[in-house]
Amino acid sequence: MLQGWIQIAFTLLIVVVISPVLGSYIADVFLARPTILDAVLHPLERVILRWGGMNTPGPMSGWQYARAVLASNFAMLIVVYLILMLQGVLPFNPTERGTPSWHLALHTAISFVTNTNQQHYAGETTFSYFSQFAALGFTMFTSAATGIAVAIAFIRGLTGRPLGNFYSDMVQAITRILLPLSVVGAVVLMAAGVPETLAGPVVFPSLEDPSLSQAIARGPVAHFEIIKVLGENGGGFFSTNSAHPFENPNGWTNLIQLVAILSIPSSLIMTYGFFANNLRQAWLVYTIPLTILIGLLVITATGEYQGNPEVNALLGGQAPNLEGKEVRFGWAQSALYAVFTTASMCGAVNSMHDSFLPSGGFAMLFNMFLQIVFGGQGTGTAYLFAYLILAVFVTGLMVGRTPEFLGRKIEKREVVLASLLILLVHPIAILIPAGITLAFSTQLAGISNPGFHGLSQVIYEYASAAANNGSGFEGLDSTTLWWNLSTSVSLLAGRYIPIVALLLLADSLSHKQPVPLTAGTLRTDTGLFVGVTAGVILILGALTFFPALALGPIAEAFQIAGGG
Amino acid sequence: MSFAREVGRAVRFTLVLWVLTALVYPLVMVAIGQIVFPFQANGSLLSNAQGQVVGSALIGQPFTSDRYFHSRPSTTRYSTADPSHDAAGILNTGVSGASNWAPTNPELRRRVRDTAAELQRVGIQPTADLLYRSGSSLDPHITPEAARAQIARVAAARGLPANQVEILMAQNTEGRFLGIFGEPGVNVLRLNLALDAIKH
Repeated sequence: MLQGWIQIAFTLLIVVVISPVLGSYIADVFLARPTILDAVLHPLERVILRWGGMNTPGPMSGWQYARAVLASNFAMLIVVYLILMLQGVLPFNPTERGTPSWHLALHTAISFVTNTNQQHYAGETTFSYFSQFAALGFTMFTSAATGIAVAIAFIRGLTGRPLGNFYSDMVQAITRILLPLSVVGAVVLMAAGVPETLAGPVVFPSLEDPSLSQAIARGPVAHFEIIKVLGENGGGFFSTNSAHPFENPNGWTNLIQLVAILSIPSSLIMTYGFFANNLRQAWLVYTIPLTILIGLLVITATGEYQGNPEVNALLGGQAPNLEGKEVRFGWAQSALYAVFTTASMCGAVNSMHDSFLPSGGFAMLFNMFLQIVFGGQGTGTAYLFAYLILAVFVTGLMVGRTPEFLGRKIEKREVVLASLLILLVHPIAILIPAGITLAFSTQLAGISNPGFHGLSQVIYEYASAAANNGSGFEGLDSTTLWWNLSTSVSLLAGRYIPIVALLLLADSLSHKQPVPLTAGTLRTDTGLFVGVTAGVILILGALTFFPALALGPIAEAFQIAGGG
Repeated sequence: MSFAREVGRAVRFTLVLWVLTALVYPLVMVAIGQIVFPFQANGSLLSNAQGQVVGSALIGQPFTSDRYFHSRPSTTRYSTADPSHDAAGILNTGVSGASNWAPTNPELRRRVRDTAAELQRVGIQPTADLLYRSGSSLDPHITPEAARAQIARVAAARGLPANQVEILMAQNTEGRFLGIFGEPGVNVLRLNLALDAIKH
């Protein structure tokens, strides 16, 4: 057992050590300071901007920035949808896959453009290689870059700078961060055993019984795999995602993926510290998601280590729960991956979340309800600061003082936008469609596990869509018209309403006249204030969803404790 | 900015970034893979003396007889099918999958009980990994405990000394990364190929 906890501790340590390094690099890139790749990338970026029709990227207002996000993402959605629908006549289709249903293609396109990668299909049996790398792989870069750009614009606004230019930010997020790291990562993954080929599946007689043939799916996996985790995308090349030995063959590749999953969202908090010139505050804020993450890891890993009591009785002793898990990862790496991937809105899985004990299901749902345990690519950091603004407002009310954050007055408009983000959009996009689905559960739900767990399956699917996570309790039969369209609504609402609100919030903050710091100012870089913020997060973020947690994983845990 | 210019810019940036990230990047990586890492890039395929593919070092195969170490139970029978009865088209693409059964699902209870009874019938003391189905249905490994529980049976069926089988098992055990990350696993296909390679 100790060995497992050591693995978990070392992985966390690596993430914490990387955050300030990568965070400082990201800050340098977007503050236009010199960075190591300048000589190669300046000319490339100039060419991209010129072909994009923008020789001198000028600053945008919050509303212009938001419109550019929406327009570009819509153009990408159309490209992806067309490639998926036309895959039958497009090249690189060795398994001769035909046209998917229109609603599956639509859901898939929306899901990938929104950085979610919720998959209502099995990769190897549904899409051609071209669809995978030229449509889905494309959005893995652009949707992640959109998230980073929004976070940077938000940080600029928060620190009183103009928001910047969306296209220039998105291009730099790709050329300076995502693409270089992906090239290096893909080569390392290939060396470690991940395939990268355009050849089709291999079929041959199996060793023990030659009358039985084995078919091994292959494809250009390595380059797809690294951006899948680095960009918080999470969409697997194969049906079983990173549990598939070709996506994640050993402990080394698993470590790379875990670190890649958390590196950018955790670094962006430090990026804020460099922008604001207040690393102390950045580290204090950093402790909020880190502490929640560690708590959820302990809950999840303990449950998986202790295993399923019914099976343990059969084995005559305690054994970890290995249903849906691979031997090479065991309980510790599986629990680690499950918590990291739901914390960061990546959504890749190296074990099947449906088969986790209820403690694990609780942690995954909790992560997706809060959305700030480092959170999605860019958006997680922005949400965290929106919570800080709400905490400033709440504490300001308590002491009867005008709330200020970083020397800027928090007024009605800011509080309305921040509460819209946190208190309204997320619960509405999850609980209302889940309520409708459960009201017509025999016709609509497609639940595969009976009892309390079935309710968790439905809630999980919408939470995953609205949080732009993309993992699932995959036993759920989600290939239907209802699931494809209803989750599409949650995907879009959970992505674009908050992005627009964040940009408007940043815009209004950046235009405020700074108020000088006095003895009466409420300091936001103290342990006390961070503690209050953590309280605000848990109360506002978690209480809304408490009934869903109580009826799902908590009830299931009691069921198991009571002997099934 | 006018609506038309806004749309035009969105479309142009989409196309430029598409060429970079969806064509140049993947195709360059495929070329690097095929030139620098041809073995891994094509699926770590293992061939016999005649040059025919017999499996992949990373993908498990089903084994049920006494002469072989058994692998873990799989929802897709390790992506195998009878070529003359493959209505589901498994051999066209290859598949992966998991049970996705919750710990409270009565089906899981029933299946685990049946699997345990079957293992005991053939003389294997059940371990957790031999009762639970894997995440990918292609898991190439079993735990060292599960392998040790099968040494005596395989050695007897092949008429080999148990310690020789044990040495082969140790040689085909893949450890943790840096001794820290992941769990050790015995590669079942490699171990069984090594058993077949012993000259009598």
